[in-house]
Amino acid sequence: MISHGLTRLSLRVRGKLTCILTTMTSIGTGYDLSASTYSPDGRIFQVEYANKAVENSGTAIGLRVKDGVVLAVEKLIHSKLLVPGANRRIQTVDRHIGMASAGLLADSRKISQLARDSGAQTRKQWKEPLTVKALSDTVSWNAQTYTLYSSVRPFGVSTIFGGVDKSGPSLYIVEPSGVCLGYHGAAVGKGRQLAKTELEKLKLSELSMREAVMEAARIIYLVHDDNKEKEFELEMTWVGVESNDLHLPVPADLLEEAKKKAKDALETFE
Amino acid sequence: MNRLKTGEVNLGTSIMAVQFDKGVVIGADSRTTTGSYIANRVTDKLTHVHDRIYCCRSGSAADTQAVADMVHSHLQLYTQIHGAHPPVSSAAGIFQDICYDNKDALSAGIIVAGWDKEVGPSVYNIPLGGGLFRQPWAIGGSGSTYVYGYCDATYQEGWGRDETVEFVKNTLALAMARDGSSGGVIRMCVITEDGVERLFVPGDKLPTFWGGREVLSGPVKKSVEPTAMAIE
Repeated sequence: MISHGLTRLSLRVRGKLTCILTTMTSIGTGYDLSASTYSPDGRIFQVEYANKAVENSGTAIGLRVKDGVVLAVEKLIHSKLLVPGANRRIQTVDRHIGMASAGLLADSRKISQLARDSGAQTRKQWKEPLTVKALSDTVSWNAQTYTLYSSVRPFGVSTIFGGVDKSGPSLYIVEPSGVCLGYHGAAVGKGRQLAKTELEKLKLSELSMREAVMEAARIIYLVHDDNKEKEFELEMTWVGVESNDLHLPVPADLLEEAKKKAKDALETFE
Repeated sequence: MNRLKTGEVNLGTSIMAVQFDKGVVIGADSRTTTGSYIANRVTDKLTHVHDRIYCCRSGSAADTQAVADMVHSHLQLYTQIHGAHPPVSSAAGIFQDICYDNKDALSAGIIVAGWDKEVGPSVYNIPLGGGLFRQPWAIGGSGSTYVYGYCDATYQEGWGRDETVEFVKNTLALAMARDGSSGGVIRMCVITEDGVERLFVPGDKLPTFWGGREVLSGPVKKSVEPTAMAIE
């Protein structure tokens, strides 16, 4: 009898506790607890949070020009103890394709692994190099899958894929939502708004790769906020006629020239 | 070693593909045999695998039909994924993968030919072991052994469509005349960017060549009567 009564009591207590907990969590709406839950107005908060992770990252841009593609990244250095040039944010996917990402670096490593696998699989199955479009489709398909299940979170990166394939130079962005779009000029990360307005001023389809390198450096230096951020490194790669259609780092001397010009341009900007 | 099971249908064959500036011409005889019995005398050995990619089949009819069906399915998949037609090289690559991976189980000698946007016309030969060779022209099947010399002596680069069709027609007719397991009619396809044109040569309209002549039992041709030499 006694034990029976105790059980009842504890049940009631538990009922009360549950009630309190519910009140506590309802500070938020509760619609952001899982990627598999919509908010009543049709948004997926986990995806929007993933975009926040991207917005906190240093800017990454891509330029699709006449005879190639140039990728550039503003890599923020959070510690002086880091080895210069290490922890690259531009990676090679295949001989002719590179990717620049903004957001959680660890997530972008996963995406590059996925992309490389896709490149190898394409070569095996179709006996031809991967196209940038097919690659972006594959990656976006994967990214979208990560917005459907409560057990996972969406990728915290926006990735720019750039390369030269049988259709010529191409440039795509894959976002955390799984959206995949092609661009003439692409910008993701902290300074994307300013970078986009600068990219829009250029006649991208008439630019040479060398001219694009200069513009890319200028834009990265321009969007970097000296007051808020500490040091940054300019990371830059290209694919096209200048690199024999291979994804390679921009040669050191050209990179230095571009940096110098970018700094000079900064002095005269507005 | 007998590769075919007893009763298995064999494409003891003469097949051929030749590329020219604007496309490819492929051709084949039409004989399918089970031992000495002609199972089909009007076979079509030129098999569609995509809009502008065909293959010529030799070896086991069952094996090559199955392989061609598999490649056809792969190429449909490619078209859906990429939103574009597959290159001939990809088609040939898939044929090779299947023929090489299953070389112990298959008897299939296949020639893949067609036209694509990237490289234009091309011909790939995939012989018995599952090798892959790009060639300006290729011949295959049991009948081909009799006409290598003819092809080597006749083929020239830079031909147009009509010359190439003549070359294929003549080569196949010669092979069919010598090879016991080739015969029937000649089927040909001309594959270009614009489309696929089918050509047909009936068995009684095949081009003829020197057909041979029995010399041992024929009447001995009288030589001219010797005339006495004039005596001075």
